Amino acid sequence: MEETTTRRRTMNINMGPQHPATHGVLRVELELDGETVVKATPHIGYLHTGIEKTAESKLYYKVIPTTDRMDYLAPMSNNLGYCLAIEKLMGIEVPPKVKYARVLLTELTRIKSHLVWIGTHALDIGAMSMMLYAFRERELIIDVYEACAGQRMMSTYFRIGGLTDDLPTDFNEKVEKVLKRMPEAFLDYERLLNDNRIFRNRTIGVAKISADDAINYGLTGPILRGCGVNYDVRKANPYSGYEDFDFDVPLGNNGDVYDRYLVRLEEMKQSLRIIKQALDGMPEGPFRAHVPGVVLPPKEDVMHKMESLIFHFKIITAGFKPPKGAVYQAIEAPKGELGYYISSDGSNKPHRMRVRPPSFVNLSALPKLVEGGMVADVIAAIGSIDIVLGEVDR
Amino acid sequence: MMEEKLKEFFDKNFSGAVLRVDEFRDQLSFYIRPEFLLDVCRALFDDSELEVRLLADICSLDWLGDSDEEEGRFEVIYNLYSLKHKFRFFIKVKLPTDNPEIDSLTSLWATADWLEREVYDLMGIKFAGHPNLVKILTPDDLEGHPLRKDFPLTYEIPQFSFNKDDPPEVI
Repeated sequence: MEETTTRRRTMNINMGPQHPATHGVLRVELELDGETVVKATPHIGYLHTGIEKTAESKLYYKVIPTTDRMDYLAPMSNNLGYCLAIEKLMGIEVPPKVKYARVLLTELTRIKSHLVWIGTHALDIGAMSMMLYAFRERELIIDVYEACAGQRMMSTYFRIGGLTDDLPTDFNEKVEKVLKRMPEAFLDYERLLNDNRIFRNRTIGVAKISADDAINYGLTGPILRGCGVNYDVRKANPYSGYEDFDFDVPLGNNGDVYDRYLVRLEEMKQSLRIIKQALDGMPEGPFRAHVPGVVLPPKEDVMHKMESLIFHFKIITAGFKPPKGAVYQAIEAPKGELGYYISSDGSNKPHRMRVRPPSFVNLSALPKLVEGGMVADVIAAIGSIDIVLGEVDR
Repeated sequence: MMEEKLKEFFDKNFSGAVLRVDEFRDQLSFYIRPEFLLDVCRALFDDSELEVRLLADICSLDWLGDSDEEEGRFEVIYNLYSLKHKFRFFIKVKLPTDNPEIDSLTSLWATADWLEREVYDLMGIKFAGHPNLVKILTPDDLEGHPLRKDFPLTYEIPQFSFNKDDPPEVI
């Protein structure tokens, strides 16, 4: 009788770069044994636009619009990180109203980013209708953006030392709308997903990672808290007045896709709590710090006061010169710890701007999450990391 | 408190390795000799009191043409965080112009893999002992390291109807 030999044959398959479930242009080279993933190698860089290099040839305040374009689902968080870093470098203290407005708007941004995530992630793993509902609610938040900055997506609303303009007159009304609608919406989502058998089967126990591994891979944000590690920059090292607000940090237990979903859903509810507190306690006062020569004077003053006009002109043409040194400012962006390392050589342009992108670091753990699992779970894993390729590649 | 513990740790174990301690805007940075990097990081990682387990970031600077260039043109910054003490500090090393190379931290932190590849790609600093040191962001056919200060900034003239037959011109 002929001896049968079993030979292990693997097949290489490219997932991406053009693949709807990779959330952008990500290519994952998969080595498959049947339907099991033996090896996964992510290839990135398709969207590399050199934002860090671009910043080196711009005046400090001109960098702000480019930061919007990294994580384009959470532009206000990116603005906040950059502005806080420069304020730390210059030693500027902003007025209380600015702090509250920034907290309120970045928490709205968190909900906005998580809504896109919940819609696309559920769509990836078979719950089509979630996309429509999530984008419907997202529209309310975009309305707030539009009222503040005049832009629906790339808001560029924060400035070094304050805000572009005072909060609009219909601001409270628009935020109240969000506050009123969202709790009902969350109930809808929970009813659609929490006990949905398909959703549960495709997420529970999938793409698990232990707490120690997660820390070793440098993961931050909901993916780290899904493993039960209590690290939230807002609590650990508060910035922009977060110590004044009362909120909880939701934690998971198992570190699988389902726990990350629960953590993000609970985070949105906590964000609503913060927004409510910020709206109720919004202080009166100026919307920009008064630091002549560094912070742009309000437009009203520029029209009527000689000194303001001179400072306005000087800041726009020559910028300002921070002392030599380097600062790092981390914030809790929707995707994890977003950090700006700004090195100054004493000139009016950044010597180097380094962005610590949460998506980039979180994506580097993808092989660890998917190897040994099924090929269909790769989709669930990528969705649960919540990447934005604009930020991964910068 | 954590600052004192860290300073004590360096005084006790690595007094010869630390070049200077820098404090700027409440941030603590230790400039150390490059050859001690792996030992220092391993000791910090294993120390049960400090528990420095999160390597948040690795980034690099190019001091070409600056007064800081005398100490070494390149600077690599390790952004370390202790989850137990909620404390962040920096370890910085200076590297020379010719063949900048430093030990890889991939044996301690898995996250160092991609972060070091990015520094290698954009700044051209080699990491000895890295298992897969290849480009990560820039295209394979791009020569040079874009974040270096002497990387030529070019401009490609867009092609319109009046110059569509000319070859693309790069300034």
